[in-house]
Amino acid sequence: MKFVNEYRDPELGKKLLERIRRESRKPIRLMEFCGGHTVAIFKHGLRQLLPDNIQMLSGPGCPVCVTATADMDKAIALGKLPDVIITSFGDMVRVPGSQSSLQKAKAEGADVRIVYSAQDAVAIARENPDKKVVFIGIGFETTAPTIAASILQAEQEKIENYYVLSLHKVCPPIMKAILDLGEVRLNGIICPGHVSAVIGSLPYRFLADDYRIACAVSGFEPLDILLAVDSLVRQIESGQPGVDIAYRRGVKAEGNPAALRLMDAVFESGDADWRGIGVVPESGLNLKAEYEKYDADKHFNVSIEPAQEPRGCICGSILRGVSTPLECKLFRRTCTPENPVGPCMVSSEGSCATYYQYGGNGGR
Amino acid sequence: MEDKILLAHGSGGKLMHDLIESFLPELANPILDRLDDSAVFEASGRLAFTTDSYTVNPLFFPGGDIGKLAVCGTVNDLAMSGARPLYLSLAFIIEEGLPVADLKKIITSIKKAADEADVKIVTGDTKVVNQGTADKLFINTAGVGIVPEGVEISGAGARPGDRIIVSGNIGDHGIAVLSQREGLKFQTPVPSDCAPLNGLVAEMLKASKDIHCLRDPTRGGLAVTLNDFARQSKVGIVIDETEIPVDKAVLAACELLGFDPLHIANEGKLAAAVAPGDADAVLAAMRRHKYGSRAVIIGDVVKEHPGQVVMKTSLGASRIVDVPVGELLPRIC
Repeated sequence: MKFVNEYRDPELGKKLLERIRRESRKPIRLMEFCGGHTVAIFKHGLRQLLPDNIQMLSGPGCPVCVTATADMDKAIALGKLPDVIITSFGDMVRVPGSQSSLQKAKAEGADVRIVYSAQDAVAIARENPDKKVVFIGIGFETTAPTIAASILQAEQEKIENYYVLSLHKVCPPIMKAILDLGEVRLNGIICPGHVSAVIGSLPYRFLADDYRIACAVSGFEPLDILLAVDSLVRQIESGQPGVDIAYRRGVKAEGNPAALRLMDAVFESGDADWRGIGVVPESGLNLKAEYEKYDADKHFNVSIEPAQEPRGCICGSILRGVSTPLECKLFRRTCTPENPVGPCMVSSEGSCATYYQYGGNGGR
Repeated sequence: MEDKILLAHGSGGKLMHDLIESFLPELANPILDRLDDSAVFEASGRLAFTTDSYTVNPLFFPGGDIGKLAVCGTVNDLAMSGARPLYLSLAFIIEEGLPVADLKKIITSIKKAADEADVKIVTGDTKVVNQGTADKLFINTAGVGIVPEGVEISGAGARPGDRIIVSGNIGDHGIAVLSQREGLKFQTPVPSDCAPLNGLVAEMLKASKDIHCLRDPTRGGLAVTLNDFARQSKVGIVIDETEIPVDKAVLAACELLGFDPLHIANEGKLAAAVAPGDADAVLAAMRRHKYGSRAVIIGDVVKEHPGQVVMKTSLGASRIVDVPVGELLPRIC
């Protein structure tokens, strides 16, 4: 807990910034993958402090934001079934689907409950044996192990009325997909901190080897992020991209074996639909056959209309790093945190919400 | 006596009479004791009048409970207008099934807080509603106080040059309550800061006639209060991140949950805009008081960017301080 203050030391920060300014010569473009990093960068005003030749882009690392409209529609449709209790992380209830949101479905009578963890959802299933409890499973490799644990817990306790709608996504494949689209040219990636605590740094190796992109895993304090930028600058200037961990207190190269085992026990990789990007092979997590009975997708048969994206919303291109919220005609006008049109304005770690809350002119 | 509140306790009959009789002596004073339909008292001068309803989950939290909150909150609203709080009303909406022992504990806590704030409960009401139609207990209090002559305090009073003072660590109440919430329990050494601030305000008013704004940053935290000052007064505010007092444990909890301490509720803190010449004297007076011992100047009122609050970060950048949107929800990943 004492880490927080040490990693905000103004003197150390200024020294790091001086070093970055001294060593960074080439114009470069860096993407912070994770929404948590976007928030930290804006909250501490880091974009203003970096030299002009370093351009920062925000990536798709916000689990709420990347949930496809069709998946949201499915969650809402599940909520309208009789005797179903939908359990979800808080932000998800506000994300607009094609016509409605979980929040609106709740106002219309659906039983939608906000939980802080999948374990709470299992508890609700235990207490309501005559209902079917569906947990809307979102998140990256950070949350997936905890949801895997909830399924194992249900198995152990013989809870028969707990289901997971697995919308989980994994990071390395989407990084590859964004690069393969060729819309943004990147020199370096600030790799997510919490995700990497689970998967380690090795899965990013292909970025350095195949794409010549520098990688640095970062924590969420301002000095963590500056340390990662400093590492990226040195890798880029020396022409030797690699994968550095600038977050040694949280991340090991091999990750967290216990969490990985848990994830592997319950999930297998599969295609996933990303908002604004589409279906990306091997970028999602599906329940393995032996846990099929917990799979909401298999258990319930809901049909949904083809999804409709909100008119004028550019969340998709914001998630790909192609546009910023400032380029969206709806931003601050019809799309605000009170009345979000797209998911990036809903989640507190979405780019649009961050620009709105802290941004002014994009953090510069 | 029953050990749980029943619907019959709100029926107006004998059970209700017994219930009220059981806690009346604790709150006794000559105005209340008359038990007439309204409280009758003498008052002269400019009156301040306010009301607030209190709901908190859980009812008891480290450093306080809903009863203490209901007294301090209304006392503080009066004090923030510069008023000397005198009398409160007290109304309960009780969900059937509330343990009577809990209600008694809450009444004792109300009595203690009212004594500390030197206010009297002079009128009250009790209703009981069906299970499921209210969450355990809601309390409404209204209060009246007298504003001394010459005191003109308003959110619209800030002027460029004024200094912004906060009375101590921010975010304690919100984090203390959150730490007790079902499904999110975590250990924090920080209790709620819930306290009556009228004594502190009285000391501040003795030190200066040029206190322009006063407000207690409750829901929405210091960010909302400062934005209110900036918008109502049509001025800009610049604050310095390194000066904002936050307990380490609160900061750590905020980092963990993805919250901004500026958005977290307080129940025993105030923020003030004070004329520059008087700021040091006000600060010194505050620091002599137990609820202002950690008071500090955190920033200034400026002509630029009217309606906007800007924070200089510890690394020398600046960013906008906006109000939080909706309920604070812990981050997902």
